Amino acid sequence: MALMELRNVSTYYGNIHALKDISLSVEEGEIVTLIGANGAGKTTTLMSICGITAIRSGAVLLDGEDISRRSPHAIVAMGLSQVPEGRRIFPQLTVLENLDMGAFLRNDKDGVKRDLEEVFGLFPRLAERRGQQGGTLSGGEQQMLAISRALMARPRVLLLDEPSLGLAPIIVHNIFEIIKRINAERKTTIFLVEQNANMALKIANKGYVLQNGAIKMADSAERLLANEEVRKAYLGL
Amino acid sequence: MTRKQTLVELRSTLATTAWFVALLFPFMVMKVSVTGGKALVTFRWAQLPVIAVSVFLLSFAWRRAIDWNEHRGDKVKARTPLSGFVDSIRAALAKKRIRRTAIAAFLLVVAAYPWALGMYHTNIMITALIYVILALGLNIVVGLGGLLNLGYAAFFAVGAYTYGLLWKYAGPAFVAAGIETGWLFWIALPTAGVLAALFGILLSLPVLRLRGDYLAIITLAFGEIVRMVLQNSGPVTGGATGISLIPRPWFFGLRLPPRQAATYIYYIVVALVILTIFVVRRIEDSRVGRALEAMREDEIACEAMGVDLVRNKLVTFAMGAFWAGIAGVVLAAQTTYINPDSFTLWESIMVLMAIVIGGTGSIPGAIGGALLLKLLPEYFRPLAQYRMLIYGAAMIVIIIFKPDGLFPRNRKKYTFVVKPAGDAEKGARL
Repeated sequence: MALMELRNVSTYYGNIHALKDISLSVEEGEIVTLIGANGAGKTTTLMSICGITAIRSGAVLLDGEDISRRSPHAIVAMGLSQVPEGRRIFPQLTVLENLDMGAFLRNDKDGVKRDLEEVFGLFPRLAERRGQQGGTLSGGEQQMLAISRALMARPRVLLLDEPSLGLAPIIVHNIFEIIKRINAERKTTIFLVEQNANMALKIANKGYVLQNGAIKMADSAERLLANEEVRKAYLGL
Repeated sequence: MTRKQTLVELRSTLATTAWFVALLFPFMVMKVSVTGGKALVTFRWAQLPVIAVSVFLLSFAWRRAIDWNEHRGDKVKARTPLSGFVDSIRAALAKKRIRRTAIAAFLLVVAAYPWALGMYHTNIMITALIYVILALGLNIVVGLGGLLNLGYAAFFAVGAYTYGLLWKYAGPAFVAAGIETGWLFWIALPTAGVLAALFGILLSLPVLRLRGDYLAIITLAFGEIVRMVLQNSGPVTGGATGISLIPRPWFFGLRLPPRQAATYIYYIVVALVILTIFVVRRIEDSRVGRALEAMREDEIACEAMGVDLVRNKLVTFAMGAFWAGIAGVVLAAQTTYINPDSFTLWESIMVLMAIVIGGTGSIPGAIGGALLLKLLPEYFRPLAQYRMLIYGAAMIVIIIFKPDGLFPRNRKKYTFVVKPAGDAEKGARL
């Protein structure tokens, strides 16, 4: 059974049919990516999974249980943690306080401490800046902080919304390396929504192509990378 | 300043002066007197140079002040005798012994206040301290939670009317049973807090999804609705005439003369202020407090972290309203008379101003702002019709020169010690 699954999900914004009958599945331990152009519905898919945008029909399953009618905080408590689009760091809070907000629902102080050390191991830069306000970090550092903050919830599935947004290529490369490491070392399942199809497909096991709110293709990442249509439309080759 | 700059400065100052002279001309120079159905205009030309010179000087001083304000951060602070003195006081206060003594001395001054200054000043201070409680309460909603609330006076009214109505309806029964009516105050105090908190929850339900200006409008409307209901349900609340002869708090069965009663209420309100400060500080340092701050900064990120926004907002409004309810009871006990006119939009705005001027989110700011806003106009009374003018000017000066407030928030940062990451070389190098 898939760890996370979307079954025929439809989402509307007023009369606009944003997601049309989306179905996808994520197995435990995988990196799955959802690629698509601007306005394809990538962020809407994530928001629908997290319960922030209500879905109109279909189901979102986590471990076979339908979570689509639950409130966002209940969904986080079940082990879905999101790195929102545009990072959304708390600008006035320090790095440490941002990370502590990530562990908001946890009560095991020792576990939180251990995880804090772990993310500081992943991103030593954050350890250096722990007392600095989130808003004063550079874009790359903010992305690291956003990922770390989501990891502090010890999620079963980490949902990433365009981690490459607005970052220099070298930094994007580094961020994707870290995502791969998180998956390999912490065995965290990752659902990655990306516009940078090339980078995303290179680290993913499986990929979905979203176009105008509908899934157009679903295949293993290698095959998608080799696919003529994908290469033309999303890789610019 | 170079010669050219000075010239530019002088020229703009002259322009300002000309503009003001033109503006003030009809008021200050022309004088119309109507005699026998005929209007006679006299020109008081002697006023003109006086206006011109004073406007010129003021405008020049203002420009220099603005200039100083913009560049004061550029230079490294030089050690002046004053800053040395302030630093030495800070250092002394850091020592526990001296700090305790200072707090004790301060409390002694607070305690001696009504005895030293008499009833007039005590009553003014009580009103100011009621505003301190209000400001501290609103500070939870606006300063921490970032939810603009323009209907705060409604909760103040709920508190005052809880006591008023309790007196109106339960009072006769108390008298009949031979129980001191002063007890009603002590019953009303917690009841009003809880009732106001319930009203806070009631208000927060329709505004859960609103932010910014919409929130401000809805809360404003709520404040007016509460006042209108109080005003128009005459048979129950006494309508515009309000409720009078509200008993003062019970004090060992004694009927205190006005002066002693004021002193007594003063002590009660001081105790309540201390309690409020204590509780608000605890809230600020708690998990709930940080969730509130996070909510102020980014609601979506908050949701993604698993913060229950609905609960958070309910709690915020309830906590803020609770203190307004408490303050309302004290107001009713102090004035022994309440009517809906004490709870207009103006009251909400005054409390909000106290917070902004003191420093949004800061506890000393809320206290300082409330005291300033309430005490200054009282002590400006001898200035008669210029009172509000000076008051307004003072507000503008504060907002321009201290935009973060008089006592800006110095956030307490959350820290817990973590060993420096040993495997730094493994991590990303960005």
